[in-house]
Amino acid sequence: MNKLPMPEQLVIPMAQHAGPPAAPTVSTGDHVTCGQMIGRAADPGSVAVHASGSGIVTGIDQRLVPAGSGLIRSLCAIIATDPPERQPESPQCLDWPEDVSAQLEAIRDAGMTGLGGAAFPTATKLGSERRCEILILNGAECEPYISCDDMLMREHAASVLQGAAIMLELLQAERCIVAIERDKSMALEAITAAAQTQGDNRVIVVAVPTVYPAGGERQLVESLLGVEVPSGRYPIDIGVVCQNVGTAHALAELATAGRPLVTRIVTMTGHGLLEPQNVEAPIGAPISNLIAHCGGLTPDAAQLILGGNMMGYALPSDDFPVTKSTNCVIALGSSEAWMGGEEWPCIRCGECASACPARLLPQELLLAGRADRFEAMQTLGLEDCIECGCCDLVCPSHIPLTSRLRTMKTKLASYREHEAIAAAAQTRYAEHIAREDRAAAEERKRRTELTARLDGDDTSRRTAIEAAIARANTRRKRREDME
Amino acid sequence: MQFPLTPAPHIRPLNSVPALMRNVVLALVPGLAVYIWSFGWGIAVNVAVAVAVATGTEAVFMRLRRRDFRPALHDGSAIVTGVLLALALPPLLPWWVPALAAISAIVLGKQLYGGLGANLFNPAMVGYVIVLISFPAEMIQWVAPLGTGLTTGDLGLADHLVYSLAGTLPDGFSIDAVTQATPLDVIKLGLDNMRTIEEIRVGPLFSGFAGAGWQATNIAIALGGIYLLYRGIIRWQIPTAVLVGMLIPATLLFLADTSRFPSPAFHLLGGATLLGAFFIATDPVTAAGTDRGRLIYGAGIGALTYAIRTWGGYPDGFAFAVLLMNASVPIIDRYTQPRIYGHD
Repeated sequence: MNKLPMPEQLVIPMAQHAGPPAAPTVSTGDHVTCGQMIGRAADPGSVAVHASGSGIVTGIDQRLVPAGSGLIRSLCAIIATDPPERQPESPQCLDWPEDVSAQLEAIRDAGMTGLGGAAFPTATKLGSERRCEILILNGAECEPYISCDDMLMREHAASVLQGAAIMLELLQAERCIVAIERDKSMALEAITAAAQTQGDNRVIVVAVPTVYPAGGERQLVESLLGVEVPSGRYPIDIGVVCQNVGTAHALAELATAGRPLVTRIVTMTGHGLLEPQNVEAPIGAPISNLIAHCGGLTPDAAQLILGGNMMGYALPSDDFPVTKSTNCVIALGSSEAWMGGEEWPCIRCGECASACPARLLPQELLLAGRADRFEAMQTLGLEDCIECGCCDLVCPSHIPLTSRLRTMKTKLASYREHEAIAAAAQTRYAEHIAREDRAAAEERKRRTELTARLDGDDTSRRTAIEAAIARANTRRKRREDME
Repeated sequence: MQFPLTPAPHIRPLNSVPALMRNVVLALVPGLAVYIWSFGWGIAVNVAVAVAVATGTEAVFMRLRRRDFRPALHDGSAIVTGVLLALALPPLLPWWVPALAAISAIVLGKQLYGGLGANLFNPAMVGYVIVLISFPAEMIQWVAPLGTGLTTGDLGLADHLVYSLAGTLPDGFSIDAVTQATPLDVIKLGLDNMRTIEEIRVGPLFSGFAGAGWQATNIAIALGGIYLLYRGIIRWQIPTAVLVGMLIPATLLFLADTSRFPSPAFHLLGGATLLGAFFIATDPVTAAGTDRGRLIYGAGIGALTYAIRTWGGYPDGFAFAVLLMNASVPIIDRYTQPRIYGHD
């Protein structure tokens, strides 16, 4: 594996995972060593952040950094790294406890997140209280250009399976399926051989078809187990946990060598890059360094994509750090890039529907979106869109469907919010009216009773009047006394 | 260095509307060639008139709707409409029939709904039906095919042009001499006069399964359709369902009484069955949009065509069957929405 030399500066974001960002534990001027915790898991849904190189913290600043689905603002530790000769061989060692519940804590403190791209905290996924029966290790690359998982399985097969064994213990699951795409024969061989050596009969290796988006979590569950993850729920709801093979490897590194998550493998590819390759890079390394390490850009480089070409997003420049979720950087050549172009009306050919892995009808959703028909968007399953981009690829009218559907999702969410507010207001108003009605009814009842009592006979009426006069006198007297 | 930002996915689309339309026209070339060989140059004149008028009308209406007319012309859909119209019309016609059909197709069938993609009915079939109902006399003048002795094979392209523009044939030809009813017409008329199929099916008009010229042309058209299937431009559901929808009743009734019902092969190879199954019913805009819906839609067209041919007032019913099923598409689509991943 090709390792990126330690860059002169590291920009390490506190928000690199799904969930609340870590809280910085160092301040400007501090010297940190590689592997030292610099951000504490602020809450159970958060994970720690570590220095991926030794050096001096020159600032804790807000920066625009890449996250799962776009650029976000995050507090970052900026580290001016020590010269290469003063960089340690391996990061500071962490303890790996024997006790299972302490292990979850250790995983969080070692900064473990899913390395497939979504960066979900690993401890949260492994520590779910719901019963898990099957662990799926996802070695099916989620997108065409990406090959970091393939590389990792070839070079660290034993370690991946070791990680799987740890996960199985933590989850108390009976079975682990390692899913690898059929065309990755070397990875398949490596993992199969490692599985035989380890002789763990809970682990089986399965070759899955190389059809995008086969590596998507929901699609993988369907193709491996023949069951679907219910809409709006997670695999754990049907007793399944999916983990990326890279995460398993990182976990094994933690358990055997006490290594926190300070590096990751990044696929550097595209016709716009001179020497495409997989590179192991420290978290926080500038993407510009990675590009330079890969021979730089060709004059033909037209666009920079973070993540795969189907679901990744375009970067305005190469001045961004590698984070735990950075699985791929593509420098698209002008022949690969698509800047949009002439768009024709939808001709309802239904190619999008045939290509949709969620079995949606994007052509109908498009119409519902144009007319803001929110009910229709819902019944047509807008929220089940996984944004894989297949519909865009096959649309002969060149309609940016995925992007339109994403916009519609936002609109639908804000419509729902407004609906909820309106519904709450309506309920409040109805309750208010009901209260007033109740009060009025009670008042009427009281008066009716009073009238009935007064109408009864002369004696009681006289008694009532006298009582009222007496009350009035007492009141007046009290008032006079007060004055 | 700054890079441009575009939304995902970052990949070139595999196909385009103009490429689809080009392929449809290309797939019609063998059918057109055999048609010209069998029935003379009339179809060529009609294709030219219909395509020119359809394209011109499209441009004019895009301007009237204050929209850029260039993309509408570039997409090639008006050309496809023109060619399909010409294939549906009889070959020997005065120019204004294909012209009116093309105007009706583009204006009433397409632009009034909002242009490409917005129309409910197949534009070519709207245009065809309007002239069929408006000019019944002109619409039954079918040229006799090659090999029937009554051929226009002696008429050149120039003669056809002159007839189209001026309405006159060269000396020695008369419209009655070069035209005659189609096999479907003859069968219908014969059956209405209580004759049996055997009695009706005599003479060179009925050579082969469905009449020499028609049979050859329709087989060539089907080959074009198979090309479209192979290229993935149309899907198998609609053509298959149309043919099955027609062949099931045709076979059952043929087996029940061969003297009163023409053979399934006659229905398959005669009239507009194959052109319709591969090129007309498959118009994406007006067809059902779900896989199950496409089966229902196609089967409906096949069965209705058979019903109109057998019991209706017109010898061929494909156009009416398509329009009726077009009208049913919204409800078909509504009830055939596929089960979404993760839903019950």
